[in-house]
Amino acid sequence: MKQINILSGKGGTGKTTITASLAVLADNPILADCDVDASNLHLLLKPVKRETQEFKGLKMAVIDPEKCIQCGRCMEVCRFNAIKDYKVDPVHCEGCKTCVICCPVQAINFEERICGHAYISDTKYGPMSHARLTPGMENSGKLVTLVRKNATKLAEDTGRELVLVDGPPGIGCPVIASLSNIDASIVVVEPTLSGMHDLKRVIELLKKFDIRALVCVNKYDLNQDNAKSIEKYCTTNDIGFLGMIPFDPKVTESMVHATPIVEYAPDSPASIAIKKIWTQFNTIYG
Amino acid sequence: MAVSLKKLKAVSTSTRTMKIVVASGKGGTGKTSVAINLALSVGASQILDCDVEEPNVHIFLGGTEEEFSPVELLVPEINENKCTYCGKCSAFCQYNALFVVGDTAMVFPELCHSCGGCSIVCPEGAITEKPRKIGSLHKVMNGEMEVVYGNLNVGEPMAVPMIAAVKEQAKSEGLVILDAPPGSACPVVESVSEADFCLMVTEPTPFGLHDLEVATEVVKILGVPMGVVVNFAGIGDQGVYNFCKEHELPILMEIPYDRRIAELYSRGIPFTVEMKEWETKFKTLLKEMEAMIR
Repeated sequence: MKQINILSGKGGTGKTTITASLAVLADNPILADCDVDASNLHLLLKPVKRETQEFKGLKMAVIDPEKCIQCGRCMEVCRFNAIKDYKVDPVHCEGCKTCVICCPVQAINFEERICGHAYISDTKYGPMSHARLTPGMENSGKLVTLVRKNATKLAEDTGRELVLVDGPPGIGCPVIASLSNIDASIVVVEPTLSGMHDLKRVIELLKKFDIRALVCVNKYDLNQDNAKSIEKYCTTNDIGFLGMIPFDPKVTESMVHATPIVEYAPDSPASIAIKKIWTQFNTIYG
Repeated sequence: MAVSLKKLKAVSTSTRTMKIVVASGKGGTGKTSVAINLALSVGASQILDCDVEEPNVHIFLGGTEEEFSPVELLVPEINENKCTYCGKCSAFCQYNALFVVGDTAMVFPELCHSCGGCSIVCPEGAITEKPRKIGSLHKVMNGEMEVVYGNLNVGEPMAVPMIAAVKEQAKSEGLVILDAPPGSACPVVESVSEADFCLMVTEPTPFGLHDLEVATEVVKILGVPMGVVVNFAGIGDQGVYNFCKEHELPILMEIPYDRRIAELYSRGIPFTVEMKEWETKFKTLLKEMEAMIR
């Protein structure tokens, strides 16, 4: 089984547009959306939910006002400033339990909380694993891990050989969680100075985890000089270069019609470029 | 020098400062662009780049600077001479950052949230805390305006303490603009908390709408007043507009999809530098936000 993820560092460079298109182009893939706090892949692949799992994140401290003697010890030990006026602010509580063990009258309970939901769904392109983190919650990394586990299991159960993973933006906890057992990463970059800055950080991260990076430039015609220097950066650093996708108004149109671009407008410039990139990926990597 | 989270999260009590955070939900909608152009147009005294995973503000305003301060978290250190391997610390740690088996006790510092609980739990006094660097703080001057950004070390998972360290640099006077990371999880909570106003930048597409919905939920929980900037206006559909109307979210500005703006952005140039007519619009935007804060 091969597990491929689509990353970018910087948000909004076209990860989901490309993942959805690869879902159409790939043979019998399993699909996974690891952007659990701003997920979008479902808007293009229209999954029908088959199974919903509750996601319990870290527990949370809750002060029983009947037992509380207002000694203030909990506020002293809490390093997250999560306790004010002898009440725990659920948004800031990181579930460390320190206040629970320090309370001299055992007035603090440690309660489970539902931090989101994970879903197993069916799409016309293949089974899909995805999730939704309750807005503002901690532990997106753990939910990402659950999405990945569910996807791997789907692949094992259905005998499919390819898992396509839409990754979250950034390089922090959810991205790191999304990298376990990944065989190769397709990094989508825009030809902007910020895009290039963020690309280098993602490449550095992938190196640390010993994951092969393959790069494609989206909206390359926005700045062709930058696009060329990205290509050069890739070739000089021995990073696979997959190709360039032009700016194409059909992409937004396909999004409005909730359909992957390669299916909505197969002959549009962006679709043609994405198909070439997929062929190139299979040539270099496959 | 290690700083405890508590100190980092100290709430500013000054009333002479106004903090506006620019957030979005979806990445790539133009948060950084709006934050920078607003700051330049109105003469903000400071920009804090809270996207510590992928900081970009300094690319537009003054380049890279050497770190002026490391950001450190306190993590446990086990004194094996005192440790009896009772396992109370590992049983207590909610983040699996401590592991005790047989006569081995191990610390996984990158998983540690620096709560300090293990050193309280240890009956032998065998756990002390030592600082561990997770990133650095940087400062750049752009004319009169100070740009502060945090740089999370590549491979470090925890953005929240880095964001708290950036926020601690907030000036106590004048207008401070914060550029938030994308999403709707804990890094966004940390960035938006304690702001006077949240400017939500979105794009009029189904992706923009979906992520605007989740991000506004977070901001509502935090009780921060909110207004919307529709960027790339003219593309997509009416979904974002209908949502804002239904939820009484004021649309304070529309920035059209304009190839010139995109090209300037690609070269790291704030568009108000070359398109002066926008300065007045950003000044008006600030006045509207001030009115809403009052």
